[in-house]
Amino acid sequence: MSQLVFLVPLFPLLGFLINGLLRNQLSKPATSVIGCGTILASFIVSLVLFMDVKAGKTGVVELFDFISFDKIHIPFAFQVDQLSSLFLLIITGVGFLIHLYSTAYMQEEEPKHFARYFSCLNLFVFSMLLLVLGANYVIMFIGWEGVGLCSYLLIGFWFKNNDYNNAAKKAFVMNRIGDLGFLLAIFYLLAKVGSVSFGDVFASAPQLTTSSLTIITLLLFVGATGKSAQIPLYTWLPDAMAGPTPVSALIHAATMVTAGIYMIARSNILYTMAPVSQSVVAIIGLATAVLAATIALKQNDIKKVLAYSTVSQLGYMFLGLGVGAYTGAVFHVMTHAFFKALLFLGAGSVIHAMHHEQDIRNMGGLKKYLPVTHLTFLLGCIAIAGIPPFSGFFSKDEILAAAYESNKIYWVIGVLTAAMTAFYMFRLYATTFLGKFRGTHEQEHHLHESPAAMTIPLIVLAILAVIGGFVGVPEVLKNVFFGLDHKLENFLSPVFAASYKLKEIHPADHGTEYALMGTSVLLAVMAIAYAVNRFSKKPDLEEADGFGKVLANKWYADEFYDAIVVKPLNALSKFLDNVIEKLGIDWIVNGVGRGVQYSSRQLRLLQSGQVGSYVLLMIVGMIILFVLQFFLKK
Amino acid sequence: MPVNYYIFVSIALFCIGVAGVLTRRNAIIVFMCIELMLNAVNLLLVAFSKMHHVVNFERDASAGIDGQLFVFFIMVVAAAEVSVGLAIIVMMYRNTHSVDINFLNRLKH
Repeated sequence: MSQLVFLVPLFPLLGFLINGLLRNQLSKPATSVIGCGTILASFIVSLVLFMDVKAGKTGVVELFDFISFDKIHIPFAFQVDQLSSLFLLIITGVGFLIHLYSTAYMQEEEPKHFARYFSCLNLFVFSMLLLVLGANYVIMFIGWEGVGLCSYLLIGFWFKNNDYNNAAKKAFVMNRIGDLGFLLAIFYLLAKVGSVSFGDVFASAPQLTTSSLTIITLLLFVGATGKSAQIPLYTWLPDAMAGPTPVSALIHAATMVTAGIYMIARSNILYTMAPVSQSVVAIIGLATAVLAATIALKQNDIKKVLAYSTVSQLGYMFLGLGVGAYTGAVFHVMTHAFFKALLFLGAGSVIHAMHHEQDIRNMGGLKKYLPVTHLTFLLGCIAIAGIPPFSGFFSKDEILAAAYESNKIYWVIGVLTAAMTAFYMFRLYATTFLGKFRGTHEQEHHLHESPAAMTIPLIVLAILAVIGGFVGVPEVLKNVFFGLDHKLENFLSPVFAASYKLKEIHPADHGTEYALMGTSVLLAVMAIAYAVNRFSKKPDLEEADGFGKVLANKWYADEFYDAIVVKPLNALSKFLDNVIEKLGIDWIVNGVGRGVQYSSRQLRLLQSGQVGSYVLLMIVGMIILFVLQFFLKK
Repeated sequence: MPVNYYIFVSIALFCIGVAGVLTRRNAIIVFMCIELMLNAVNLLLVAFSKMHHVVNFERDASAGIDGQLFVFFIMVVAAAEVSVGLAIIVMMYRNTHSVDINFLNRLKH
């Protein structure tokens, strides 16, 4: 059955080609069927693969030789194991729901743009599937680049707006900076190990020196910061909200940004053997989580709050990876995919109802107009805040417990960030859905619940966000939750076994764990109560001032990057253009032309039309020939 | 007579012919100088043919006859060339009423 693994990326690729090439001929219903049908087919095959893997059938399926010369042999191979099959389910499952949602959300587009949207979306799913299925770093890199490209295509989907194009360029360039790190890591691996296949690299990891391992893992992490929006390459993600909301849900919440987590989880043995890199990962993850949470406190665009929330939650996942809680990080990827996609789709539903208004200061009291959206959004907010028994609680708590084991300070900052998360999410919820409607009368007239194609994915994702945590019940709560094991940990244990053997994660005793859980839940509940109370009565309408202004302006990070990176680069390019290009190269190239013109002008004077001078030249030539003959024949 | 004398005379005639072609303005004079050059070559050929004959008389009675034969060819060619050239000059005179070669610079265009 694992021989059919090539079908999983094949269906979206076909969908991309058909929708892309025939976009001027296809009607909107046909495009929707092709676009969604391919992902559904992939999901079904992924389910079958998952069942196989659960029964223990893992392995590497080699398709063909990709690069093969001398000593380097890189096959185009897929690795079917617990980690990749889990990610396959997440990508195709959540992806299918988002495709379904998009058929209604993008309804206003013309058929050819509609088809372009679905073909780009299918190409994205194809690249993401390549990324998680790859059995070596090169195939992963192909998918890595592919998702970056599709991110660019989809953020700049409404290409007539130049601001959106700039946002797309920013995303792509920042991704590329990270990709340089990834490429260097691949080259280093080829030099040191001679192979980039996961099996070979992880098997020979013990033979590598610690410094080699540190360099490789740090370079891989640079790639991850670019793709998963960590410090310092995170500023593209809030700007990427320029794209359609389902794109934000799929790419920038559930899948592409988790590529970095997947890569580090896949390379877990390398990181466990390079503790310096692990600390770097943890610290940067934590710093990003805090930074993004503070910025989200003061944002007024519904999608920007969710974007910074995504950056913050990704920071949590990196913190989990950095303290060795690999299962916890992957668990959080799964639950985050559910509730963040739910939140984004809910926001899309609100934007759709408000006719493309995104400022929450002009919303309010939408509870009675959009009942299904309201309920699902509320469930999503509770999940992200980490309230039991919703999914966010289990995954977040697992990471925080591991952080406590590693370094108490990580835990303290982590819990504070969790409280901030609860606060700003419920600020968003209360300002949007509670209170009185603050928009125009026109907008109020048009408020209506979204069509079924949009509400059904919301409901499905809400159910998943609620019950998704039960696959990862920690031991301390086993008795509370009907004797459920940590199913996810058992499932993923073969992937992380080597790491856990090297560095044991000692779980705290039950008393400490209860205390930790209790503290975080209590803080979250207090934050929620305060936020709902404050913002349902008096929404945050005034312009921020003082420290609030700094937060609202994203700690001036964009301006900082502008001054440090963008302006010098622009100045350099202007210098190169004016001096080297215009004066140097153009002078030489035009000079050749000028020289030819000059010499031709001079030569033209020879043609005087005077027969006498022609004869003279003839005789001079003859004399020269005779002289040469005479002196050379000697 | 030693063959050197013939050579000197021939060279002198040839150089006078060349100088005439380069310097003179009247097209007919230029033609005459071209004839002069051709005849200088004829003289040289006859002289060497006679020298050749005198040297190889015992072995071969008809040695050196090629030279004199070639002179005939040159004379034929010269005659043909002069006839064509004078015809061209007559046509040009009819059009421009001048045989000044500096005036005849239509090749410039």
